[in-house]
Amino acid sequence: MTPLDDTDRRLLNRLQEDLPLTPRPYADVAAEFGITEQDLLDRLTRMKADRVITRFGPFFDAAAMGGDFCLCAMAVPEAEFETVLTKVNAHPEVAHNYERTHRLNMWFVLATETPEAITATADAIERETGITVHRFPKLQEFFIGFRVAA
Amino acid sequence: MIDATDRRIIEALQGGLPLVPAPYAQVADDLGIEEAALLDRLAALKTRGVIRRIAAAPNHYKLGMTSNGMTVWDVQDDLIGELGAHIGALPFVTHCYERPRALPDWPYNLFAMVHGSSPDEVEDKRGQIAAILGSACRGSDILYSTRILKKTGLRLKAKG
Repeated sequence: MTPLDDTDRRLLNRLQEDLPLTPRPYADVAAEFGITEQDLLDRLTRMKADRVITRFGPFFDAAAMGGDFCLCAMAVPEAEFETVLTKVNAHPEVAHNYERTHRLNMWFVLATETPEAITATADAIERETGITVHRFPKLQEFFIGFRVAA
Repeated sequence: MIDATDRRIIEALQGGLPLVPAPYAQVADDLGIEEAALLDRLAALKTRGVIRRIAAAPNHYKLGMTSNGMTVWDVQDDLIGELGAHIGALPFVTHCYERPRALPDWPYNLFAMVHGSSPDEVEDKRGQIAAILGSACRGSDILYSTRILKKTGLRLKAKG
């Protein structure tokens, strides 16, 4: 991976905030930094290829579309981990998934187009794996401070 | 709710926005609609909260944030609103939620994500949270993430 320079870092901080809805949005942001549109696109393309940025685009809120989100966790025996992972990740409703240091070692978020699909998907994963899917829907959200200082 | 055109737009963008000089014109062209119509639709989706923002999702690990801890706390129910707001406002907490307990296995009802460049840094931040919660907290734990297993965001299912 190419080490990030100062411009990359400043750009990454800026690009965690909203891109303008204009015909040339990258040129508009480039102008804020005094760089060319092509330079910005080259940097963004490189950071995406290097996986510094995992995704660039709209962040959708499934709940605002009439759907729902739910954090789920499973206690997966080590020997079965990869097999279970394949089954869980095969569901397109699994938006992200992390391995964590706990008896509950697999934590994933379901994002679905209807509230009912949360239960249906979690139940399907339980049937396919034979492992309980603990469900932790949010009751209250205190803050989303999504920015990471690069 | 979203209509059929919104749905086609979301499907076209869920993999990401093209990294080309005129990305919305390219997407509009693929969808067979005018760029101005696409921009209007996207503005309306933002107003309704369906699109939260158009932005980069950074990889914490690649940015040197190698210690990523989900701190979890068993907080007295009558104080969780007040204390949760306090914890959520801390500059180093990126996500903070009240969630249901799953007794007896899981006594924790407050979740706060903390990121740092070392486990010591994360532990220090965890200590700051513990100090704020004080005696209203009956137990806590921290779960470090050791691997990203998937990170794609929302995917609509193909219809029809």
